[in-house]
Amino acid sequence: MHDTATEEYSGHDSKSQYFWVWGALLVLTAIEVVLGYKQIFEPVRMLEVLLVLSIIKSALIIAYFMHLKFERAIMRWMLVISVTACFVIMYFFFFPDAGRVLRLGVH
Amino acid sequence: MADATLQHDAVGHGMPGAYEAPLFGAYSKKVGMWLFLASDSLTFGALLFAFCYVRIYTSWPTPFHVQSIINSTIMTACLLSSSLTMVMGVFAAQRGDRVWTRNWLLATMAFGTAFIVLHGMEWTKLIGEGLTLPIFPKPATAAVGEMADISKNTPQFAATFFGLTAMHMLHVTVGVMYLGVVAFRKWFLPVLGVLWIVGYLLIPSDNVFHWGIHVLGLGLIVAAIILFLKPKDYDAQDVEVAGLYWHFVDLVWMFIFPLVYLLSTKIM
Repeated sequence: MHDTATEEYSGHDSKSQYFWVWGALLVLTAIEVVLGYKQIFEPVRMLEVLLVLSIIKSALIIAYFMHLKFERAIMRWMLVISVTACFVIMYFFFFPDAGRVLRLGVH
Repeated sequence: MADATLQHDAVGHGMPGAYEAPLFGAYSKKVGMWLFLASDSLTFGALLFAFCYVRIYTSWPTPFHVQSIINSTIMTACLLSSSLTMVMGVFAAQRGDRVWTRNWLLATMAFGTAFIVLHGMEWTKLIGEGLTLPIFPKPATAAVGEMADISKNTPQFAATFFGLTAMHMLHVTVGVMYLGVVAFRKWFLPVLGVLWIVGYLLIPSDNVFHWGIHVLGLGLIVAAIILFLKPKDYDAQDVEVAGLYWHFVDLVWMFIFPLVYLLSTKIM
């Protein structure tokens, strides 16, 4: 049969690791909720911290639940690099341009 | 060149998808779903960038009481648990266990439905308190208080909240229908039809979901066309591809929950 990752799916990984990932995601969610109430960071710093935690959670979901960790390297890198590049480009275009409105004022 | 082609086993027949030339070592349905998810992530990315911008540069209200945070935390746990049951469903499909594939998919759909219902209740509560958009039906009694003031003074709050969560809720609803079709095929259509009609009749006309429930009607039409054109028995690959979509829906919520809810927590 064609060399799909379907065959690798059951071969590479045990079920227990998915329970660990699920537990880790729940713990990270709990940490986020606690941070939301503790207010130990100022709003912008808080936004950054929550974004970092969200990126860790999404990386766990993509790697394990979506099984990207067990795909071929070319598919893994192709997807990660292309999507990340799009977000980086979006960031460098969006924020400076949106911020420009604030500096110039709205006429 | 010819040898290289043969090495792919792409010329083998008699197996699902075997005639498709492998791309990146994966079957083409999976690559197609990944490409769709990459493009969909940019849609959500643009919305979240816009949200972060207004969150930083606007005097942002923090109205979410502890009930809303508890509710949204339970919703998050529902989605995370649904991802786990989805993984179990994929495992069951790959070992050819049709009964447990269906059971796990049903469990995933149940978690997804719980998410939608909880979110719907949250929306209804917030709209009743006055957090609303001009296009929404007006509740019977005009709301006064903090939420009504926010809608009036910071319209970006309601716009971003409803915009982001509606987009996500639509994805979850489509996901539940997708899993229903994969798990039950044509037998899911009457269930969907009944849910659509009953939902429309039972939800009061001043509730936004009285109109939102028509998504099920659209889903019914699309699913019926797909099943009519290609009435196939879905295999392990289809379950895995459906799982990719479901996990993506979970992934997006991992950004929406902290940004929309936790950054607007009301500290007593």
